[in-house]
Amino acid sequence: MKTWLTAEITTSAFHARAQRFYYGWLRLRANRLAFAGFCILVGLCVVAILAPLLAPEGSNEQSLALRLRPPSREHWFGTDELGRDIFARIVWGARITIRISCLVAVIAAPIGLAVGTAAGYFGGWVDTVLMRLNDIFLSFPGLILALGFVAALGPGIGNAVIAIALTAWPPIARLARAETLTIRASDYIAAVRIQGAGPLRIILRHIVPMCVPSVVVRITLNMAGIILTAAGLGFLGLGAQPPTPEWGAMLSTGRQNMLGAWWLAAVPGLAILLTSLAFNLFGDGLRDVLDPRSE
Amino acid sequence: MIILDNVTIAYGQGHRRLVAARDVTLAVPEGAAVGLVGESGSGKSTVLRAIAGLIPYSDGHITLAGKSVGKRRTTAEKRMVQMVFQDPYGSLHPNQTVDQILAMPIAIHRLDKGEARIAKALSEVGLGREHRYRYPHQLSGGQRQRVAIARALILEPSILLLDEPTSALDVSVQAEILNLLARLRREHGLTMLMVSHDLAVIAHLCDTIGVMSRGLLLETTTADAMASGEVVHEYTRQLLRSNAGFDRSSVSAGDLDISAA
Repeated sequence: MKTWLTAEITTSAFHARAQRFYYGWLRLRANRLAFAGFCILVGLCVVAILAPLLAPEGSNEQSLALRLRPPSREHWFGTDELGRDIFARIVWGARITIRISCLVAVIAAPIGLAVGTAAGYFGGWVDTVLMRLNDIFLSFPGLILALGFVAALGPGIGNAVIAIALTAWPPIARLARAETLTIRASDYIAAVRIQGAGPLRIILRHIVPMCVPSVVVRITLNMAGIILTAAGLGFLGLGAQPPTPEWGAMLSTGRQNMLGAWWLAAVPGLAILLTSLAFNLFGDGLRDVLDPRSE
Repeated sequence: MIILDNVTIAYGQGHRRLVAARDVTLAVPEGAAVGLVGESGSGKSTVLRAIAGLIPYSDGHITLAGKSVGKRRTTAEKRMVQMVFQDPYGSLHPNQTVDQILAMPIAIHRLDKGEARIAKALSEVGLGREHRYRYPHQLSGGQRQRVAIARALILEPSILLLDEPTSALDVSVQAEILNLLARLRREHGLTMLMVSHDLAVIAHLCDTIGVMSRGLLLETTTADAMASGEVVHEYTRQLLRSNAGFDRSSVSAGDLDISAA
């Protein structure tokens, strides 16, 4: 297996791709901080997947007799004001956090890529129209714009995702446009133009693959902000609605009991901090991993 | 095969308009190899790019294989003219394997037997099967330029444009690439138009040589006349002298007089 992955001569398209993936993995392993971030994220995903096993009682098992218990052997992270186990809520909340961040990335990255590459490649009035639209979105602070959208659409996780995605695409479009401007002038684009490739083929097959690494890096670094915005909306009561165990909403309710029961606010706060940090570390190292020339 | 009739190429609009080539008239017969020499900024690459259809020309006519080509070219017209660029690293997509790079023109023109065409193109330029699934950064400069030539030839063009195809390569590799181009020209009956600032490279491949300076085609002469020094224009003589190596007379003959400074 290892000799196949490091072979001097690659024998098929799949082999070449596998080898590239393997070298990327080695580069990730070599970057300790990025690898630590990667491990935390993998751990988070495992926790989210194994939630029914780790916390079989579910996130909403109430027991008023066990209100506001500090962390103990039975309740690792203590219990909240309704006697719910905070560990169970954190575990089930991981699913929500992952869902929000993945959905935002899946919505915002393609929009940003499409707008940015089109603006950069075509130039002229297409560029002007798309970039002024971009400026309008950029001129609002993210959370305020998201607040406006949620207020218009109604609270809930789905609407929070849409609202955050609408605030997340403009920086990506800017980035993709800047990259496209340099790529557009290169000889390999001139070569495919001479060969008769149309704008759609050039953008999708030649420009987008070159923009993807920096966009992936950017969106990974943005993930922390996305999670914080989602938590912020939850905190303000405009994101996840009770009794959903969303970390931001948990933090918000925990705040009322902060003086008597610190673990109510501290535990979800730490979870948000750790996840944001992991995304930031991972995003930093990702650029080296995605660049094939650094082999 | 290629006829340029009073072609003028300009960049920009209004007072920022810059004429890169003015009233260029040139004819390349079928199967011939013509070279364009001149210093940087003389407009030789601009002429090449206009023939390739990469940049529009503002005046005159370009006729390829008896047909006048306009701003928008048909697929068949695009297939007829292919180009090899100066920097082989910049002209190959860094994220695509050689296989993907060669498969792209086949997909664009919906050609049949793609597998056989790729294998044939690679063997024609002297690359083996082991190079097929490599990325450009895993190849040497000479190998990259061979891939670029294979990509141009896979569409079976009748015209091959060469924009300083050897100037980014080592001297030993330069000769290999030039010999490869000469062989491909014989085998495929290609019409070639090559741009270079190196007279030796041009003389090796081309029979007819055009001399360009500041956007003007000064004179058209033959390689033999060039070698024996039978040239008309003073600029060409200066170019010949400067190509012979560092020579004070080549400098003092021109408008750049450093001995006075």
